[in-house]
Amino acid sequence: MELFNHLALGFSVALTPINMMYALIGTLLGTLIGVLPGIGPVATIAMLLPTTYALQPVSALIMLAGIYYGAQYGGSTTSILINMPGETSSAVTCLDGHQMARKGEAGAALATAALASFFAGCVATVFIAAVSIPLSELALKFGPAEYFSLMVLGLIGAVVLAHGSLLKAIAMIVLGLLLGIVGTDVNSGVARFDFGIPQMTDGLGVVSVAMGLFGFAEIITNLESQEKRERLASKVKGLWLSKDQFKAAWPAALRGTGLGSFLGLLPGGGAMLAAFASYAVEKKVAKDPSRFGKGAIEGVAGPEAANNAGAQTSFIPLLTLGIPENAVMAMMVGAMTIHNIQPGPQVMTSNPGLFWGLIASMWVGNLMLVVLNLPMIGIWIKLLTVPYRLLYPAILLFCAIGVYTINNASFDVSQTAFFGLLGVLFVKLECEPAPLLLGFVLGPMMEENLRRAMLLSRGDPSVFLTRPLSAVMLAAAVLLIIVIALPNMRRKREEAFQEE
Amino acid sequence: MSRIRNPKDFWAGSLFVLVGIAALVLGSRYNLGTAARMGPGYFPRILGLLLIALGGVIALRGLRTQGIAIAAWRWRPTIVVLFSVVLFGLIVTYAGLALSTVILIVLASTASSEFRWKEALISGILLAALAVGVFIVGLKLQLPIWPTFLTG
Repeated sequence: MELFNHLALGFSVALTPINMMYALIGTLLGTLIGVLPGIGPVATIAMLLPTTYALQPVSALIMLAGIYYGAQYGGSTTSILINMPGETSSAVTCLDGHQMARKGEAGAALATAALASFFAGCVATVFIAAVSIPLSELALKFGPAEYFSLMVLGLIGAVVLAHGSLLKAIAMIVLGLLLGIVGTDVNSGVARFDFGIPQMTDGLGVVSVAMGLFGFAEIITNLESQEKRERLASKVKGLWLSKDQFKAAWPAALRGTGLGSFLGLLPGGGAMLAAFASYAVEKKVAKDPSRFGKGAIEGVAGPEAANNAGAQTSFIPLLTLGIPENAVMAMMVGAMTIHNIQPGPQVMTSNPGLFWGLIASMWVGNLMLVVLNLPMIGIWIKLLTVPYRLLYPAILLFCAIGVYTINNASFDVSQTAFFGLLGVLFVKLECEPAPLLLGFVLGPMMEENLRRAMLLSRGDPSVFLTRPLSAVMLAAAVLLIIVIALPNMRRKREEAFQEE
Repeated sequence: MSRIRNPKDFWAGSLFVLVGIAALVLGSRYNLGTAARMGPGYFPRILGLLLIALGGVIALRGLRTQGIAIAAWRWRPTIVVLFSVVLFGLIVTYAGLALSTVILIVLASTASSEFRWKEALISGILLAALAVGVFIVGLKLQLPIWPTFLTG
């Protein structure tokens, strides 16, 4: 019953006109960038962060969260209609969704994606509400040693499930941690790695780092490769499902929701992993797996439900433990910090309106996506005809204004440009920027907890192994690395990401 | 340089080692403290050593494993895009949002091989109007619209 009281409080916050408006803005922007290639949710959130200063924290978070799950939605639309995923998490939807569109079933595929996503969104909302209370109660018992180990596990987990070289990803985390502690040390007041530049005593801005690495670098590499976009937009008619299609789709959506909700909880999880895993499962349980890749509706319903569920439940570790598990959640940490909210288990008790309001807004946002967005598909597709040469300068402009207005400082803009340059270098060297961003936001927290844990143990590092919870988490982190490093698993992991 | 068989790994690893060394050198000025009472230099030193170790292994692997060459860096987009943004940051308080926007858009557009003067200029003017509408009228940001040397 407690659960319903909480949700009721959440809806009373989420359903105020102002918050509904921000949910709408967030989901619309999310859909927009989901449709458009070349800009993802991380860069968009970075771009919009500065404009949320004046807002109520809850409104700001509602809008930014909407961008994330809205992007899943927009990404699937382009996957189906033009075989081009706007976001990586909807790459799988291309496989069968676009084949359905080619068979003239674009309407059914879009409706499946929308309904499966909405269903998953509803379930995930309740799931978050149910899991959050026990998890944050557990987290309140954590001491600094447990927190430190949890962050190690979170960071390792995040890279194990990412693709690319494991070692490079770990090195990127360490680099991120190092960048994260630039600026004045809170304990001693010493300005670290500031190169004598006064603006750097406050540390590097999360907006600059994220926008440079994810926004500018992406634009530059796009301009280098000069890919020509193919347009095969099919006519959309009859946005509905036949009875048989519905029958085939709903069990897949149910499985996808369950799988996605669970995978979203894991560090490194979230939308993309959930979608890939769900596609694999659907292929396994199907009576005739050969239909997949040729327009099987289960191949749309499962992954679409899974990516939306995963996108939402990936908020759980952030909201209950204060640990971001992917780059988008790292941006949410940035947003909460800007509004003076320390992410962690205390948010739920100290700021229940914000906590439950954000969760309820996800349900509201999902409803908006279905009701408002389905009829707007034509407009989104039209936007795709805008050539990239007109699009990218506009994206740059909004980035530049956004980052400039944080402090009204040209230094911030130059700093962002520096990270843009670094980002291009990382692309050339095949180093993923996401682990760096995670390390960056966790850097100060990790150092603080390490210090406290060691202070309490009087300098004895064995504290991390003698406290049972901490030991379990560190063991899990080591186990993850070993499992992934085994040659057999490594091959499997590479195969799993081949389908991208 | 024929020994480097996987240049991406080799150079990435070298970069990590370099940053790790820099962290140790720059961080040597900060008080290390003890394990129980860590000074500002303690955590950076751990990270620096970790980064050197990881980077070393990655670079060594770059000598042993086979990999593809690093894609050629076409400098034009990088320079043009980053320069136009930095320039915007430098001039916006003096030149005002409207003019700065037009300059940013036209300049940034030249990074594309499909650059067209007229199109870029029109797009710049339209976006300038949009930016002024959204950011100054709508969000009430403290930025001048017109160049300060004109308005005084």
